[in-house]
Amino acid sequence: MDNNIRRDIIIDNYENPFNKGLIDDKNYKKTNMNNESCIDNLDFIIKLENNIIKDIRFDGQACAISTSASSIMIKTLINKTKEEALEIITNYENMIDEKPYNKDLLNELNVYDEIYKQPNRKKCALLPFWGIKKLLK
Amino acid sequence: MNIKKEFKMLSSNLIYLDNAATTFKPNIVLKEMNKYYTKYCANAHRGDYKISHIVNDLIDDSRKEVAKFINSNTNEIIFTSGTTESINIVVSSFFSNILKKGDEILTTKAEHSSLLLPLFELAKKNKLKIKYITIDKNNHVTLDNIKKEITSKTKLIALAHITNVLGDIRPVKEIGNYASKHNIYTLIDAAQSIGHIKVDIKDTNIDFMAFSAHKMYGPTGIGILFGKEKLLEKLGPYKYGGDMNASYDSNMNIEYKNIPTRLEAGTQNIVGIIGLNAAIKYINKIGIEQIYNHDKELRTYLVDKLKKIDNIKIYNPNEKTGIVTFNIDKVFCQDVAVYLDKKNVCIRAGSHCAKILHEIIKDKNTCRVSIGIYNTKKDIDILIKALENKNILKESL
Repeated sequence: MDNNIRRDIIIDNYENPFNKGLIDDKNYKKTNMNNESCIDNLDFIIKLENNIIKDIRFDGQACAISTSASSIMIKTLINKTKEEALEIITNYENMIDEKPYNKDLLNELNVYDEIYKQPNRKKCALLPFWGIKKLLK
Repeated sequence: MNIKKEFKMLSSNLIYLDNAATTFKPNIVLKEMNKYYTKYCANAHRGDYKISHIVNDLIDDSRKEVAKFINSNTNEIIFTSGTTESINIVVSSFFSNILKKGDEILTTKAEHSSLLLPLFELAKKNKLKIKYITIDKNNHVTLDNIKKEITSKTKLIALAHITNVLGDIRPVKEIGNYASKHNIYTLIDAAQSIGHIKVDIKDTNIDFMAFSAHKMYGPTGIGILFGKEKLLEKLGPYKYGGDMNASYDSNMNIEYKNIPTRLEAGTQNIVGIIGLNAAIKYINKIGIEQIYNHDKELRTYLVDKLKKIDNIKIYNPNEKTGIVTFNIDKVFCQDVAVYLDKKNVCIRAGSHCAKILHEIIKDKNTCRVSIGIYNTKKDIDILIKALENKNILKESL
Protein backbone atom coordinates (compact mmCIF):
# COMPACT_ATOMS: atom_id res chain seq x y z
CA MET A 1 0.00 0.00 0.00
CA ASP A 2 1.20 3.47 -0.84
CA ASN A 3 2.47 5.24 2.24
CA ASN A 4 0.46 8.38 1.58
CA ILE A 5 -2.80 6.45 1.23
CA ARG A 6 -1.97 4.58 4.42
CA ARG A 7 -1.40 7.84 6.30
CA ASP A 8 -4.52 9.48 4.84
CA ILE A 9 -6.72 6.62 5.98
CA ILE A 10 -5.22 6.72 9.48
CA ILE A 11 -5.60 10.50 9.75
CA ASP A 12 -9.13 10.42 8.41
CA ASN A 13 -10.11 7.85 11.04
CA TYR A 14 -8.28 9.82 13.75
CA GLU A 15 -9.94 13.10 12.88
CA ASN A 16 -13.37 11.63 12.12
CA PRO A 17 -13.49 8.45 14.17
CA PHE A 18 -16.38 6.03 13.59
CA ASN A 19 -18.69 5.42 16.56
CA LYS A 20 -16.74 7.60 18.99
CA GLY A 21 -18.78 8.50 22.05
CA LEU A 22 -20.43 6.07 24.46
CA ILE A 23 -24.12 5.57 25.08
CA ASP A 24 -25.82 4.54 28.26
CA ASP A 25 -27.57 1.28 27.37
CA LYS A 26 -27.54 -1.82 29.52
CA ASN A 27 -27.53 -4.08 26.46
CA TYR A 28 -23.87 -3.13 26.02
CA LYS A 29 -20.89 -4.63 27.83
CA LYS A 30 -18.10 -2.22 28.77
CA THR A 31 -14.36 -2.33 29.35
CA ASN A 32 -11.57 0.19 29.86
CA MET A 33 -8.19 -0.20 28.22
CA ASN A 34 -5.05 1.53 29.40
CA ASN A 35 -1.88 1.16 27.45
CA GLU A 36 0.83 0.24 29.92
CA SER A 37 3.61 1.60 27.75
CA CYS A 38 1.99 4.90 26.82
CA ILE A 39 -0.92 7.11 27.71
CA ASP A 40 -3.83 5.81 25.65
CA ASN A 41 -6.92 5.40 27.76
CA LEU A 42 -10.00 4.15 25.94
CA ASP A 43 -13.38 2.72 26.91
CA PHE A 44 -15.13 0.24 24.63
CA ILE A 45 -18.75 -0.92 24.68
CA ILE A 46 -20.17 -3.78 22.65
CA LYS A 47 -23.65 -5.10 21.90
CA LEU A 48 -24.02 -8.74 20.88
CA GLU A 49 -27.28 -10.26 19.68
CA ASN A 50 -27.56 -13.95 18.79
CA ASN A 51 -23.79 -14.24 18.61
CA ILE A 52 -23.57 -11.32 16.17
CA ILE A 53 -21.79 -8.05 16.96
CA LYS A 54 -24.52 -5.46 16.49
CA ASP A 55 -22.56 -2.46 17.66
CA ILE A 56 -19.27 -1.31 19.14
CA ARG A 57 -18.55 2.21 20.37
CA PHE A 58 -15.51 3.77 22.03
CA ASP A 59 -14.36 6.92 23.78
CA GLY A 60 -11.37 8.36 25.61
CA GLN A 61 -8.01 9.97 24.98
CA ALA A 62 -5.51 8.30 22.71
CA CYS A 63 -2.95 8.84 20.00
CA ALA A 64 -3.60 8.80 16.27
CA ILE A 65 -2.77 5.11 15.98
CA SER A 66 -5.01 3.91 18.84
CA THR A 67 -7.90 6.16 17.86
CA SER A 68 -7.79 5.31 14.16
CA ALA A 69 -7.33 1.60 14.88
CA SER A 70 -10.42 1.70 17.12
CA SER A 71 -12.41 3.38 14.37
CA ILE A 72 -11.33 0.99 11.61
CA MET A 73 -11.69 -2.04 13.89
CA ILE A 74 -15.27 -1.11 14.74
CA LYS A 75 -16.19 -0.71 11.05
CA THR A 76 -14.63 -4.09 10.35
CA LEU A 77 -16.18 -6.04 13.22
CA ILE A 78 -19.80 -4.84 13.19
CA ASN A 79 -22.16 -7.53 11.84
CA LYS A 80 -19.57 -10.26 12.24
CA THR A 81 -20.23 -13.31 14.40
CA LYS A 82 -18.19 -13.67 17.54
CA GLU A 83 -16.06 -16.38 15.91
CA GLU A 84 -15.48 -14.32 12.75
CA ALA A 85 -14.47 -11.34 14.87
CA LEU A 86 -12.01 -13.40 16.91
CA GLU A 87 -10.49 -14.77 13.71
CA ILE A 88 -10.02 -11.23 12.36
CA ILE A 89 -8.45 -10.17 15.65
CA THR A 90 -6.04 -13.14 15.62
CA ASN A 91 -4.98 -12.34 12.07
CA TYR A 92 -4.56 -8.67 12.94
CA GLU A 93 -2.41 -9.53 15.97
CA ASN A 94 -0.30 -11.79 13.76
CA MET A 95 0.19 -8.95 11.28
CA ILE A 96 1.34 -6.57 14.03
CA ASP A 97 3.66 -9.27 15.44
CA GLU A 98 5.12 -10.03 11.99
CA LYS A 99 3.67 -13.56 11.87
CA PRO A 100 1.84 -15.11 8.90
CA TYR A 101 -1.70 -13.76 8.50
CA ASN A 102 -4.59 -13.66 6.04
CA LYS A 103 -4.51 -10.22 4.46
CA ASP A 104 -7.91 -10.70 2.83
CA LEU A 105 -9.66 -10.88 6.19
CA LEU A 106 -8.36 -7.51 7.34
CA ASN A 107 -9.55 -5.08 4.63
CA GLU A 108 -8.81 -1.52 5.72
CA LEU A 109 -6.92 -2.77 8.80
CA ASN A 110 -4.06 -3.55 6.44
CA VAL A 111 -3.03 0.11 6.85
CA TYR A 112 -1.20 -1.01 9.98
CA ASP A 113 0.91 -3.61 8.19
CA GLU A 114 4.09 -1.62 8.75
CA ILE A 115 3.54 -0.66 12.38
CA TYR A 116 6.12 -3.28 13.36
CA LYS A 117 8.73 -0.81 12.13
CA GLN A 118 7.80 1.42 15.08
CA PRO A 119 7.90 -0.95 18.08
CA ASN A 120 6.74 1.81 20.46
CA ARG A 121 3.50 2.06 18.43
CA LYS A 122 2.62 -1.65 18.36
CA LYS A 123 0.71 -1.55 21.64
CA CYS A 124 -1.24 1.48 20.42
CA ALA A 125 -2.37 -0.49 17.37
CA LEU A 126 -3.27 -3.54 19.48
CA LEU A 127 -5.04 -1.81 22.37
CA PRO A 128 -8.55 -1.65 20.84
CA PHE A 129 -8.33 -5.29 19.74
CA TRP A 130 -7.33 -6.44 23.20
CA GLY A 131 -10.34 -4.54 24.52
CA ILE A 132 -12.78 -6.28 22.21
CA LYS A 133 -11.15 -9.67 22.80
CA LYS A 134 -11.70 -9.12 26.52
CA LEU A 135 -15.35 -8.28 25.91
CA LEU A 136 -15.92 -11.29 23.65
CA LYS A 137 -14.51 -13.77 26.16
CA MET B 1 27.46 26.81 28.79
CA ASN B 2 28.35 24.14 26.26
CA ILE B 3 29.47 21.01 28.01
CA LYS B 4 28.09 18.37 25.69
CA LYS B 5 31.52 16.84 25.26
CA GLU B 6 31.53 15.94 28.94
CA PHE B 7 28.63 13.53 28.32
CA LYS B 8 29.17 10.36 26.31
CA MET B 9 25.41 10.10 25.69
CA LEU B 10 25.62 13.35 23.73
CA SER B 11 28.36 12.22 21.38
CA SER B 12 25.66 11.48 18.77
CA ASN B 13 23.27 14.16 17.56
CA LEU B 14 20.62 13.35 20.12
CA ILE B 15 18.68 16.36 21.39
CA TYR B 16 17.68 15.30 24.88
CA LEU B 17 14.96 17.43 26.46
CA ASP B 18 13.48 15.04 29.02
CA ASN B 19 15.70 15.95 31.94
CA ALA B 20 12.83 16.03 34.41
CA ALA B 21 12.52 12.27 33.82
CA THR B 22 16.22 11.57 34.15
CA THR B 23 19.45 13.33 33.27
CA PHE B 24 22.43 12.00 31.40
CA LYS B 25 25.50 11.26 33.45
CA PRO B 26 28.74 13.16 32.90
CA ASN B 27 31.80 11.09 32.06
CA ILE B 28 33.36 11.96 35.41
CA VAL B 29 30.45 10.30 37.25
CA LEU B 30 30.79 7.17 35.11
CA LYS B 31 34.53 7.14 35.69
CA GLU B 32 34.16 7.30 39.47
CA MET B 33 31.55 4.54 39.39
CA ASN B 34 33.72 2.39 37.17
CA LYS B 35 36.60 2.82 39.60
CA TYR B 36 34.52 1.16 42.29
CA TYR B 37 34.02 -1.97 40.17
CA THR B 38 37.57 -2.08 38.86
CA LYS B 39 39.78 -0.80 41.69
CA TYR B 40 38.12 -1.30 45.07
CA CYS B 41 35.07 -3.50 44.66
CA ALA B 42 34.58 -4.36 48.33
CA ASN B 43 31.80 -4.12 50.86
CA ALA B 44 32.02 -1.38 53.44
CA HIS B 45 32.50 -1.73 57.18
CA ARG B 46 33.08 -5.46 57.00
CA GLY B 47 36.69 -6.00 56.06
CA ASP B 48 39.98 -5.32 57.74
CA TYR B 49 41.67 -4.72 54.46
CA LYS B 50 42.57 -1.63 52.48
CA ILE B 51 40.00 -1.67 49.70
CA SER B 52 37.18 -2.08 52.20
CA HIS B 53 38.39 0.96 54.10
CA ILE B 54 38.53 2.92 50.86
CA VAL B 55 34.87 2.09 50.26
CA ASN B 56 34.01 2.97 53.84
CA ASP B 57 35.63 6.37 53.40
CA LEU B 58 33.89 6.94 50.07
CA ILE B 59 30.47 6.33 51.64
CA ASP B 60 31.26 8.68 54.50
CA ASP B 61 32.60 11.25 52.06
CA SER B 62 29.46 11.04 49.92
CA ARG B 63 27.21 11.54 52.92
CA LYS B 64 29.24 14.59 53.94
CA GLU B 65 29.07 15.95 50.40
CA VAL B 66 25.26 15.55 50.30
CA ALA B 67 24.93 17.20 53.72
CA LYS B 68 27.09 20.11 52.62
CA PHE B 69 25.13 20.40 49.38
CA ILE B 70 21.80 20.91 51.16
CA ASN B 71 23.27 22.43 54.35
CA SER B 72 22.16 19.71 56.76
CA ASN B 73 23.97 17.67 59.39
CA THR B 74 25.69 14.54 58.12
CA ASN B 75 23.64 12.17 60.27
CA GLU B 76 20.44 13.61 58.81
CA ILE B 77 21.22 12.05 55.41
CA ILE B 78 19.78 8.59 54.75
CA PHE B 79 20.67 6.75 51.56
CA THR B 80 17.63 5.25 49.84
CA SER B 81 16.86 4.01 46.34
CA GLY B 82 15.36 7.37 45.32
CA THR B 83 12.65 9.94 45.92
CA THR B 84 9.83 7.39 45.85
CA GLU B 85 11.40 5.18 48.47
CA SER B 86 12.35 8.16 50.62
CA ILE B 87 8.77 9.42 50.67
CA ASN B 88 7.35 5.96 51.27
CA ILE B 89 9.71 5.42 54.21
CA VAL B 90 8.81 8.64 55.95
CA VAL B 91 5.09 8.24 55.32
CA SER B 92 4.85 4.59 56.34
CA SER B 93 7.41 4.58 59.18
CA PHE B 94 7.00 8.04 60.68
CA PHE B 95 3.70 9.68 59.79
CA SER B 96 1.76 6.42 60.07
CA ASN B 97 2.68 6.34 63.78
CA ILE B 98 2.13 10.04 64.40
CA LEU B 99 -1.04 10.93 62.49
CA LYS B 100 -4.33 9.84 64.01
CA LYS B 101 -7.95 9.65 62.90
CA GLY B 102 -9.27 13.02 61.74
CA ASP B 103 -5.85 14.62 61.31
CA GLU B 104 -5.43 16.65 58.13
CA ILE B 105 -2.72 16.65 55.47
CA LEU B 106 -2.37 19.61 53.13
CA THR B 107 -1.14 19.00 49.61
CA THR B 108 -2.10 19.98 46.04
CA LYS B 109 -3.54 18.38 42.94
CA ALA B 110 -0.33 19.14 41.08
CA GLU B 111 1.80 16.61 42.94
CA HIS B 112 3.50 13.51 41.56
CA SER B 113 2.10 10.02 42.26
CA SER B 114 5.16 9.27 44.39
CA LEU B 115 3.92 11.80 46.93
CA LEU B 116 0.15 11.47 46.55
CA LEU B 117 -0.19 7.69 46.59
CA PRO B 118 1.72 7.09 49.87
CA LEU B 119 -0.38 9.89 51.41
CA PHE B 120 -3.64 8.44 50.04
CA GLU B 121 -2.82 4.98 51.38
CA LEU B 122 -1.96 6.40 54.80
CA ALA B 123 -5.10 8.55 54.79
CA LYS B 124 -7.22 5.47 54.11
CA LYS B 125 -5.41 3.39 56.74
CA ASN B 126 -5.34 5.97 59.53
CA LYS B 127 -8.61 7.70 58.53
CA LEU B 128 -6.94 11.02 57.80
CA LYS B 129 -8.27 13.86 55.68
CA ILE B 130 -6.40 14.99 52.57
CA LYS B 131 -7.05 18.67 51.85
CA TYR B 132 -6.00 20.31 48.60
CA ILE B 133 -4.51 23.78 48.83
CA THR B 134 -6.18 26.20 46.43
CA ILE B 135 -3.86 27.02 43.55
CA ASP B 136 -3.93 30.68 42.52
CA LYS B 137 -4.62 31.98 39.00
CA ASN B 138 -0.95 31.54 38.09
CA ASN B 139 -1.12 27.90 39.23
CA HIS B 140 1.01 28.80 42.24
CA VAL B 141 0.92 27.74 45.87
CA THR B 142 0.98 30.69 48.25
CA LEU B 143 1.44 30.76 52.00
CA ASP B 144 -1.81 32.74 52.25
CA ASN B 145 -3.72 29.95 50.55
CA ILE B 146 -2.07 27.40 52.81
CA LYS B 147 -3.04 29.42 55.89
CA LYS B 148 -6.67 29.41 54.73
CA GLU B 149 -6.74 25.60 54.91
CA ILE B 150 -4.97 25.20 58.23
CA THR B 151 -7.07 24.06 61.19
CA SER B 152 -6.18 22.69 64.60
CA LYS B 153 -6.13 19.25 62.94
CA THR B 154 -3.55 20.11 60.28
CA LYS B 155 -0.51 17.96 60.99
CA LEU B 156 1.41 17.80 57.72
CA ILE B 157 2.07 19.90 54.63
CA ALA B 158 3.43 17.73 51.82
CA LEU B 159 4.48 19.35 48.55
CA ALA B 160 6.97 19.29 45.72
CA HIS B 161 9.57 22.06 45.80
CA ILE B 162 9.28 22.38 42.02
CA THR B 163 6.39 20.56 40.34
CA ASN B 164 7.21 18.16 37.54
CA VAL B 165 4.59 19.34 35.02
CA LEU B 166 4.17 23.06 35.57
CA GLY B 167 7.66 23.71 36.93
CA ASP B 168 6.51 26.29 39.48
CA ILE B 169 8.76 26.93 42.47
CA ARG B 170 6.99 26.66 45.81
CA PRO B 171 7.87 29.10 48.63
CA VAL B 172 9.36 26.33 50.78
CA LYS B 173 11.20 28.69 53.08
CA GLU B 174 8.04 30.58 54.03
CA ILE B 175 6.10 27.32 54.31
CA GLY B 176 8.77 25.54 56.36
CA ASN B 177 9.20 28.37 58.84
CA TYR B 178 5.48 29.02 59.21
CA ALA B 179 4.69 25.31 59.65
CA SER B 180 7.46 24.87 62.16
CA LYS B 181 6.08 27.69 64.33
CA HIS B 182 2.63 26.09 64.23
CA ASN B 183 3.72 22.53 65.00
CA ILE B 184 2.89 21.26 61.53
CA TYR B 185 5.26 18.80 59.90
CA THR B 186 6.60 19.44 56.40
CA LEU B 187 7.60 16.91 53.75
CA ILE B 188 9.15 18.23 50.54
CA ASP B 189 9.60 16.29 47.30
CA ALA B 190 12.75 17.90 45.91
CA ALA B 191 13.13 15.56 42.91
CA GLN B 192 12.78 18.42 40.42
CA SER B 193 14.54 21.12 42.38
CA ILE B 194 17.72 19.44 43.52
CA GLY B 195 20.53 20.21 41.13
CA HIS B 196 18.48 23.00 39.52
CA ILE B 197 18.06 25.49 42.33
CA LYS B 198 19.81 26.13 45.64
CA VAL B 199 18.33 24.04 48.42
CA ASP B 200 19.29 25.10 51.94
CA ILE B 201 17.57 22.86 54.43
CA LYS B 202 18.44 24.91 57.53
CA ASP B 203 17.16 28.08 55.90
CA THR B 204 13.88 26.44 54.84
CA ASN B 205 13.30 24.71 58.18
CA ILE B 206 11.75 21.73 56.38
CA ASP B 207 11.31 18.53 58.43
CA PHE B 208 11.72 15.91 55.70
CA MET B 209 12.95 16.12 52.13
CA ALA B 210 13.37 13.49 49.42
CA PHE B 211 15.33 13.46 46.17
CA SER B 212 16.98 11.17 43.61
CA ALA B 213 20.50 11.19 42.22
CA HIS B 214 19.47 10.33 38.68
CA LYS B 215 17.70 13.65 38.10
CA MET B 216 20.87 15.51 39.13
CA TYR B 217 23.40 13.88 36.77
CA GLY B 218 23.98 10.92 39.06
CA PRO B 219 23.06 7.24 38.75
CA THR B 220 19.66 5.59 39.09
CA GLY B 221 18.81 3.55 42.17
CA ILE B 222 20.19 5.98 44.72
CA GLY B 223 18.48 8.83 46.51
CA ILE B 224 18.29 10.68 49.76
CA LEU B 225 15.89 11.02 52.62
CA PHE B 226 16.73 14.06 54.69
CA GLY B 227 15.09 14.30 58.08
CA LYS B 228 15.72 16.57 61.04
CA GLU B 229 17.82 14.66 63.53
CA LYS B 230 15.23 14.70 66.31
CA LEU B 231 12.62 13.33 63.90
CA LEU B 232 14.82 10.64 62.39
CA GLU B 233 15.43 9.42 65.93
CA LYS B 234 11.72 8.58 66.06
CA LEU B 235 11.68 6.92 62.63
CA GLY B 236 11.68 3.16 62.20
CA PRO B 237 13.90 1.25 61.60
CA TYR B 238 11.75 0.37 58.61
CA LYS B 239 14.00 -2.54 57.61
CA TYR B 240 16.15 -4.83 59.66
CA GLY B 241 19.35 -6.69 58.90
CA GLY B 242 23.08 -6.36 58.69
CA ASP B 243 25.06 -3.32 59.74
CA MET B 244 22.20 -1.45 61.41
CA ASN B 245 22.33 -3.46 64.65
CA ALA B 246 24.87 -2.99 67.43
CA SER B 247 24.20 -6.33 69.13
CA TYR B 248 21.55 -8.95 69.80
CA ASP B 249 21.29 -12.25 71.64
CA SER B 250 19.31 -15.48 71.44
CA ASN B 251 16.69 -14.02 73.77
CA MET B 252 15.99 -11.36 71.16
CA ASN B 253 17.50 -8.54 73.15
CA ILE B 254 18.46 -6.20 70.36
CA GLU B 255 20.35 -2.97 70.31
CA TYR B 256 20.32 -0.88 67.17
CA LYS B 257 22.92 1.60 66.06
CA ASN B 258 22.35 5.34 65.87
CA ILE B 259 21.05 7.23 62.85
CA PRO B 260 21.83 7.24 60.00
CA THR B 261 23.22 3.65 60.07
CA ARG B 262 20.16 2.36 61.93
CA LEU B 263 18.04 3.26 58.90
CA GLU B 264 20.29 1.64 56.28
CA ALA B 265 20.08 -2.13 56.76
CA GLY B 266 21.92 -4.38 54.33
CA THR B 267 24.62 -3.70 51.78
CA GLN B 268 24.21 -0.23 50.39
CA ASN B 269 24.07 0.78 46.75
CA ILE B 270 27.77 1.57 47.03
CA VAL B 271 28.40 2.43 43.40
CA GLY B 272 25.32 4.64 43.45
CA ILE B 273 26.55 6.46 46.54
CA ILE B 274 29.89 7.04 44.83
CA GLY B 275 28.15 8.25 41.67
CA LEU B 276 25.96 10.64 43.66
CA ASN B 277 29.05 12.13 45.30
CA ALA B 278 30.67 12.67 41.90
CA ALA B 279 27.46 14.21 40.53
CA ILE B 280 27.27 16.72 43.38
CA LYS B 281 30.91 17.66 42.89
CA TYR B 282 30.19 18.11 39.18
CA ILE B 283 27.21 20.39 39.92
CA ASN B 284 29.28 22.37 42.41
CA LYS B 285 32.02 22.81 39.85
CA ILE B 286 29.55 24.42 37.43
CA GLY B 287 27.74 26.27 40.20
CA ILE B 288 24.08 25.95 41.17
CA GLU B 289 23.41 29.63 40.48
CA GLN B 290 24.79 29.28 37.00
CA ILE B 291 22.65 26.18 36.38
CA TYR B 292 19.53 28.02 37.59
CA ASN B 293 20.28 30.98 35.31
CA HIS B 294 21.02 28.68 32.38
CA ASP B 295 17.68 26.86 32.80
CA LYS B 296 15.82 30.17 33.12
CA GLU B 297 17.48 31.76 30.12
CA LEU B 298 16.91 28.75 27.91
CA ARG B 299 13.27 28.34 28.94
CA THR B 300 12.61 32.02 28.20
CA TYR B 301 14.23 31.54 24.79
CA LEU B 302 12.06 28.45 24.21
CA VAL B 303 8.80 30.05 25.36
CA ASP B 304 9.37 33.17 23.22
CA LYS B 305 9.78 30.96 20.17
CA LEU B 306 6.91 28.62 21.04
CA LYS B 307 4.58 31.61 21.33
CA LYS B 308 5.22 32.42 17.69
CA ILE B 309 3.99 29.02 16.52
CA ASP B 310 0.28 28.81 15.66
CA ASN B 311 -2.02 26.54 17.63
CA ILE B 312 0.29 25.92 20.57
CA LYS B 313 -1.05 26.19 24.08
CA ILE B 314 1.67 26.77 26.70
CA TYR B 315 0.56 25.85 30.21
CA ASN B 316 3.36 27.53 32.16
CA PRO B 317 4.81 30.39 30.10
CA ASN B 318 5.91 32.51 33.06
CA GLU B 319 7.76 30.09 35.32
CA LYS B 320 11.50 30.31 35.97
CA THR B 321 12.55 26.69 35.75
CA GLY B 322 13.54 24.51 32.81
CA ILE B 323 10.16 22.77 32.56
CA VAL B 324 7.90 23.93 29.72
CA THR B 325 4.59 22.21 29.06
CA PHE B 326 2.45 22.61 25.96
CA ASN B 327 0.01 21.02 23.55
CA ILE B 328 -0.47 21.44 19.83
CA ASP B 329 -4.08 21.86 18.78
CA LYS B 330 -5.57 18.72 17.19
CA VAL B 331 -2.40 16.64 17.58
CA PHE B 332 -2.30 14.23 20.53
CA CYS B 333 0.77 14.84 22.67
CA GLN B 334 2.08 11.32 22.16
CA ASP B 335 1.98 11.80 18.40
CA VAL B 336 4.03 14.98 18.86
CA ALA B 337 6.60 13.08 20.92
CA VAL B 338 6.79 10.23 18.39
CA TYR B 339 7.20 12.76 15.56
CA LEU B 340 9.99 14.56 17.44
CA ASP B 341 11.71 11.25 18.11
CA LYS B 342 11.95 10.81 14.34
CA LYS B 343 13.87 14.10 14.35
CA ASN B 344 16.13 12.76 17.10
CA VAL B 345 14.54 15.02 19.72
CA CYS B 346 13.47 13.43 23.02
CA ILE B 347 10.58 15.02 24.91
CA ARG B 348 7.96 13.50 27.21
CA ALA B 349 4.23 13.17 26.56
CA GLY B 350 1.48 12.15 28.93
CA SER B 351 0.25 12.97 32.40
CA HIS B 352 3.80 12.82 33.79
CA CYS B 353 2.59 10.88 36.85
CA ALA B 354 0.56 13.89 38.01
CA LYS B 355 -2.77 12.24 37.39
CA ILE B 356 -5.09 14.70 39.12
CA LEU B 357 -3.43 17.84 37.79
CA HIS B 358 -6.03 17.85 35.00
CA GLU B 359 -8.53 19.06 37.59
CA ILE B 360 -6.51 22.30 37.56
CA ILE B 361 -5.22 22.65 34.01
CA LYS B 362 -8.23 20.92 32.38
CA ASP B 363 -6.11 18.73 30.11
CA LYS B 364 -5.02 15.22 31.04
CA ASN B 365 -2.04 14.89 28.75
CA THR B 366 0.63 17.33 27.65
CA CYS B 367 4.01 17.57 25.95
CA ARG B 368 6.81 18.42 28.36
CA VAL B 369 10.22 19.83 27.54
CA SER B 370 12.67 19.85 30.44
CA ILE B 371 16.07 21.46 30.19
CA GLY B 372 19.39 20.14 31.43
CA ILE B 373 22.78 21.77 31.83
CA TYR B 374 24.01 20.49 28.46
CA ASN B 375 21.12 21.91 26.45
CA THR B 376 21.85 24.87 24.22
CA LYS B 377 19.97 27.45 22.18
CA LYS B 378 20.83 25.33 19.17
CA ASP B 379 18.92 22.40 20.72
CA ILE B 380 15.92 24.68 21.18
CA ASP B 381 16.22 25.91 17.59
CA ILE B 382 16.11 22.32 16.33
CA LEU B 383 13.04 21.62 18.47
CA ILE B 384 11.31 24.79 17.30
CA LYS B 385 12.07 24.11 13.65
CA ALA B 386 10.51 20.65 14.03
CA LEU B 387 7.42 22.09 15.76
CA GLU B 388 6.92 24.71 13.03
CA ASN B 389 6.08 21.90 10.62
CA LYS B 390 2.40 21.95 9.63
CA ASN B 391 2.32 18.18 9.04
CA ILE B 392 3.31 16.89 12.47
CA LEU B 393 0.39 14.48 12.72
CA LYS B 394 1.02 12.97 9.29
CA GLU B 395 4.74 12.72 9.84
CA SER B 396 4.27 11.08 13.23
CA LEU B 397 2.77 8.03 11.49
